[in-house]
Amino acid sequence: MSGLRVIVGCKRVIDYAVKIRVKPDKLGVVTDGVKHSMNPFDEIAVEEAVRMKEKKLASEIIAVSCGPTQCQETLRTAMAMGADKSIHVEVDAATYENLQPLHVAKILAKVAQDEKADIVFTGKQAIDDDCNQTGQMVAALLDWPQATFASKVEKANGDLTVTREIDGGLETIKVKLPAVLTADLRLNEPRYATLPNIMKAKKKPMAKKKPADYGVDVAPRQSILKVEDPPVRQAGSKLDSVETLVGKLKDAGLVPS
Amino acid sequence: MFANTIEPKQTAVDNTESYTDTELESLRSEVEWAINSLKMEIVQFAMKVQQECSKQAEKQASLTIIKFAQKYASNGLGVEQRQIQQMALDFAANELAPNMIEWDEKEIFPLDTLRKAAELGFGAVYCKEKYGGTGLSRLDASVIFEALATGCCSTTAYISIHNMCAWMIDSFGNDNLRSQWIPQLASMEKCSSYCLTEPGAGSDAASLSTTARKDGSHYVLNGSKAFISGSGEADLYVVMCRTGDAGSKGVSCILVEKGTPGLSFAKKERKLGWNSHPARIVNFDDCRVPVTNLVGSEGQGFNIAMKGLNGGRINVASCSLGAAYAALEQARDHMKIRKQFGKPIEKFQYLQFRLAEMATQLVASRLMVRNAATALDNQDTNAVALCSMAKLFATEECFKICDYAMQIFGGYGYLKDYPVQQYMRDSRVHCILEGTNEIMRLLVSRDLLTER
Repeated sequence: MSGLRVIVGCKRVIDYAVKIRVKPDKLGVVTDGVKHSMNPFDEIAVEEAVRMKEKKLASEIIAVSCGPTQCQETLRTAMAMGADKSIHVEVDAATYENLQPLHVAKILAKVAQDEKADIVFTGKQAIDDDCNQTGQMVAALLDWPQATFASKVEKANGDLTVTREIDGGLETIKVKLPAVLTADLRLNEPRYATLPNIMKAKKKPMAKKKPADYGVDVAPRQSILKVEDPPVRQAGSKLDSVETLVGKLKDAGLVPS
Repeated sequence: MFANTIEPKQTAVDNTESYTDTELESLRSEVEWAINSLKMEIVQFAMKVQQECSKQAEKQASLTIIKFAQKYASNGLGVEQRQIQQMALDFAANELAPNMIEWDEKEIFPLDTLRKAAELGFGAVYCKEKYGGTGLSRLDASVIFEALATGCCSTTAYISIHNMCAWMIDSFGNDNLRSQWIPQLASMEKCSSYCLTEPGAGSDAASLSTTARKDGSHYVLNGSKAFISGSGEADLYVVMCRTGDAGSKGVSCILVEKGTPGLSFAKKERKLGWNSHPARIVNFDDCRVPVTNLVGSEGQGFNIAMKGLNGGRINVASCSLGAAYAALEQARDHMKIRKQFGKPIEKFQYLQFRLAEMATQLVASRLMVRNAATALDNQDTNAVALCSMAKLFATEECFKICDYAMQIFGGYGYLKDYPVQQYMRDSRVHCILEGTNEIMRLLVSRDLLTER
């Protein structure tokens, strides 16, 4: 069980604290000059991988990000947290707007094969598109077992025991390796990168690749038709008596007259 | 809920039984009573929710503000410096900002948080790596302290004082002292305080009168130090005392550990700001320390002090930058929310122009501080003058920024519920210590008028 090789998918997304604004052409949100950071669930995945390495379960952690040049910042953060090396799969900004989980999943699957990975770890979903698909698709492409929404990961002989957060509560499953894991919120609390680690990170290798290197065609299969703000919340009204309330409820057809 | 005095009767369409008038009246008042108590519960719940939301909103607002404090603050920084800055800003937003008001109000010395900061490498930022320092430059340290100060100016100021003490030992102490102390200071397992000022010797530091008489293998210290930040809590005191004749050449730097017989502390001072670390008079009464506690050589103390102050001035100016930036961002956000005369006050040109002036002075201050830090890193001959100018300019301008930011908040700015008044109070003292701004003018004019 010693020496698991872990691939961690890290997506660069708009920071969670930013007030999102829709672009005037209504085809997307404003990203220029807006603060970006690593998808919080991916941060949790990186943290878990680093903890596995500290417990000697994992031997090497490789962070992967697909996107434009700025993704390198995200990878540097992952390496500062403890990833050993990283791979930046360069996708130009225009293509990136329409990059879908299936494209990313194909790339991650190929990377996992190339790097002879034992675990592919991602966040459960990205906070910009909320797709919640990439991890599951990677598992299907590789024909690997998957443990999604992980809130606890433990080793159990040659396999992993994973507690998953599901609608009904918690479910504990055993998965054989190699496997795909996706991280949920309560899996751990990511560490701050320490100053010495930030300094060490710049010496760690970052490979630059393109989707074509992995034989993946990232031409868009979808196009965005419209992006809109959610409807503005309507004001309520104060009523003066029970009768008026009942009258209004009747008018709205919510109460039989 | 219902008093249940009346049994519901069959109410089929063709019912023959029906309620009497009195029964109907009772029923009506029962229902009204029930609805009113429900209404009260709802109103109380809504108030609780509103309180929680505004607490959350304030917290979220402060997080948002601090996360974007780098709007103009990362110009000219390298990739790694930006990473460091971002990490320090995150730490400030998550660990310092939520607690700054409480620490100030209750005068809490947040040792746990200080140690968390030290774990990340903030305990000995510019000490060499050999004995456990982080090995970064003065410029990196300035970026770090500015970022941390957005979360809590007072606590960051203490961290910078602790860093200065560690640096003095690292730069001037022998290997024994360094290997003994740097690891413990870097992790903040032990905290340190810097003792130069005395009740009778402030700006005229060279006139200090705390003596250290050699007695065999010990120095015996006698005297008092005043306004010592961290005193009482700190474990290690870096004391400037007189081993020789009068004047600057008779001063030496000696380490005194807490618990040494003869070392005592007076009452905790009640200050306007900087309340997350105590200040006290420190007394030495025949306090005996081994001669091995001498840092550098006898008579080198003043030189060590002056060199330490160059960096200390940059650190304190950096704390001012952080406080001003946080105050400015909070004022800006307030201007978007607060409405008077039918519009948000961000629409009034006077406030727009004042905001622009504040931001301009902030960027100017930042440039001066970073330029001085780089000069210090490069050991430029005019580093002392540049550090003095930077400290003078940044502390004065940043205090004014904090002050006017408070003004923009109107009456709310005066309430201790809002952090802006704390940035103002905390940054006021930066114009006074690490060399008064009057002394800064003296140093700069002396440098200008010296024939070279």
